[in-house]
Amino acid sequence: MTMLETRSLMKSFGGIRATDDLTLSVEPGELHAIIGPNGAGKTTLITQLCGSQKPDSGTILYKGQDITRVPAHKRARLGITRSFQITSLILDMTVIDNIALAVQARQGSSFRLVRNARTISAIRDRAMELLTRVGLSDKANMVTSALSHGEHRHMEIAIALAAEAELMLLDEPMAGLGAEETRAMIDLLNGIKGQHTIVLIEHDMDAVFALADRISVLVYGHIIATGSPAEIRANKDVEAAYLGEESGAA
Amino acid sequence: MSRRNIITLVVMALLAVLPPVFYLTGNAFYLDLATRLTILAIAAVSLNLILGYGGLISFGHAAYLGIGAYAVGIPAHHWLYGGLESLGLATTSGYVQIPLAIGVAALFALVTGAICLRTKGVYFIMITMAFAQMMYYAIVSIEEYGGDDGLVIDSRSELPFIDLDDPLQLFGLAYVSLVVAMLIVRMIVNSRFGMVLRGAKGNNERVVMLGFNTYLFRLTAYVIAGAMAGYAGALLGNFTTFISPEMMDWGRSGELMFMVILGGTATLVGPVIGATLFIVLEEVLSSLTVYWHLPFGLLLLAVVLFGKGGIMGMLRADKEDSE
Ligand SMILES: Nc1ncnc2c1ncn2[C@@H]1O[C@H](COP(=O)(O)OP(=O)(O)OP(=O)(O)O)[C@@H](O)[C@H]1O
Ligand SMILES: [Mg+2]
Repeated sequence: MTMLETRSLMKSFGGIRATDDLTLSVEPGELHAIIGPNGAGKTTLITQLCGSQKPDSGTILYKGQDITRVPAHKRARLGITRSFQITSLILDMTVIDNIALAVQARQGSSFRLVRNARTISAIRDRAMELLTRVGLSDKANMVTSALSHGEHRHMEIAIALAAEAELMLLDEPMAGLGAEETRAMIDLLNGIKGQHTIVLIEHDMDAVFALADRISVLVYGHIIATGSPAEIRANKDVEAAYLGEESGAA
Repeated sequence: MSRRNIITLVVMALLAVLPPVFYLTGNAFYLDLATRLTILAIAAVSLNLILGYGGLISFGHAAYLGIGAYAVGIPAHHWLYGGLESLGLATTSGYVQIPLAIGVAALFALVTGAICLRTKGVYFIMITMAFAQMMYYAIVSIEEYGGDDGLVIDSRSELPFIDLDDPLQLFGLAYVSLVVAMLIVRMIVNSRFGMVLRGAKGNNERVVMLGFNTYLFRLTAYVIAGAMAGYAGALLGNFTTFISPEMMDWGRSGELMFMVILGGTATLVGPVIGATLFIVLEEVLSSLTVYWHLPFGLLLLAVVLFGKGGIMGMLRADKEDSE
């Protein structure tokens, strides 16, 4: 069964068609990259997939089920998680509390008012394990605002992992990272790949071609091509619309 | 022990010991002052749950004090003058009045919170204030309960073992209630529920994306805070024995907010320090000069503007993550 499918998705902001008749299908277990120039509508697509914005028309299917009108917090419970292009963390909480909250979300009801959350080892241990996995265990008790941008991006991945989501929507996890940090992030994603279905939005072409099983190219809210990295590289339309422009600018 | 915990223990110990000492050495006035600030501190502690830990700037918290006070005053009024016997509301029994105060306050919080929490930012502030003013005008319009002239409570709530006519016992009840309120807030903010509430304050979108319906968490906290302030209102009615709609005025809500911010938001003892400082300064300055409002206001503004994190911030005790 297809993991995620959109059918003729439409979304306009005033006169701008941010999503224009967008049809996409993501297979279970694949890392599906979505590339496209600035303002192509990549983030807008993610927000509709995770439910924080509603499409004007069209359908979103998740494992065959129509989720177009399912609210965001319920989609999260169904196994869809997103990371944010602009880091979205709880800056005034500690690193481990951020991750623990994500673990808590996964482990069932949080409408519990009595027991001290920080003494529940099922939550704390799992949070620590995730921090270790993204290389941040030594920063666990620091307040989040004190960490670097690169470290914040790693926290985002840890939070996505905490959800044990079947479908991870990653919006430019390398945005603003230096060369070194980008390499660390590619390694991290390579380690995750295959365990979750991932929709990866990324500008960094080296990262995309290193990681993706399939690539879709988004231009003006419309997908103009989908295929393996090799196919996309060879595609003339894509080159004209996007890759050429990119390499010309570089 | 952390600096924060030491401050908390010192403040609470002083508050337990000093007022009775003053009273027993013939300064009854200071006990009165302490009882008033202790009761207001309960309301400030409850406001801190939603304002400090939840980031919800509620500008209508005094309404709950008023509701609680009238939940004592109205049954006491009917007990004396008749009416409402069929509802069992002509009584001075604390067993009726106090649950009534808590229940009506919780209900008011539930109904208004369900609406207010659909809004954000300035709209939230305005609409919480508007609901509180509605309550104010509702009481003003009821002639039977004195309208804006207020209502005298002729007989205090009757409770087992405690005689509220004894100032020392009334203070004792207020003090124990404050400690219990602080323990409840501490328990809640450190629980899984509390983590969600605090997370939503820092970054609501993120917490929603984790799968939490933050609206329900906030509404629950809002109701708990309202219920606690309703209880404080019942004590306040018993303390002043004269209640009027003025106690729900938006200015009163502002004072409660000020106490929380002055002492230090999202700290356990901050609201208690804030309430103490507020009441004591108000008393001292008003005895020195009739023009005390201006220096008082300026002083408070200075602490809030320049001492980030209020008094607890100035004492460098606001950044520790757990209590
Ligand atoms: N909330 C909004 N209101 C109005 N216009 C919007 C809104 N969100 C996005 N847009 C517009 O929709 C278009 C697509 O934006 P989107 O952020 O999805 O692009 P993107 O592909 O993620 O770009 P980038 O590579 O810069 O992240 C842009 O023209 C943008 O200005
Ligand atoms: Mg974007």
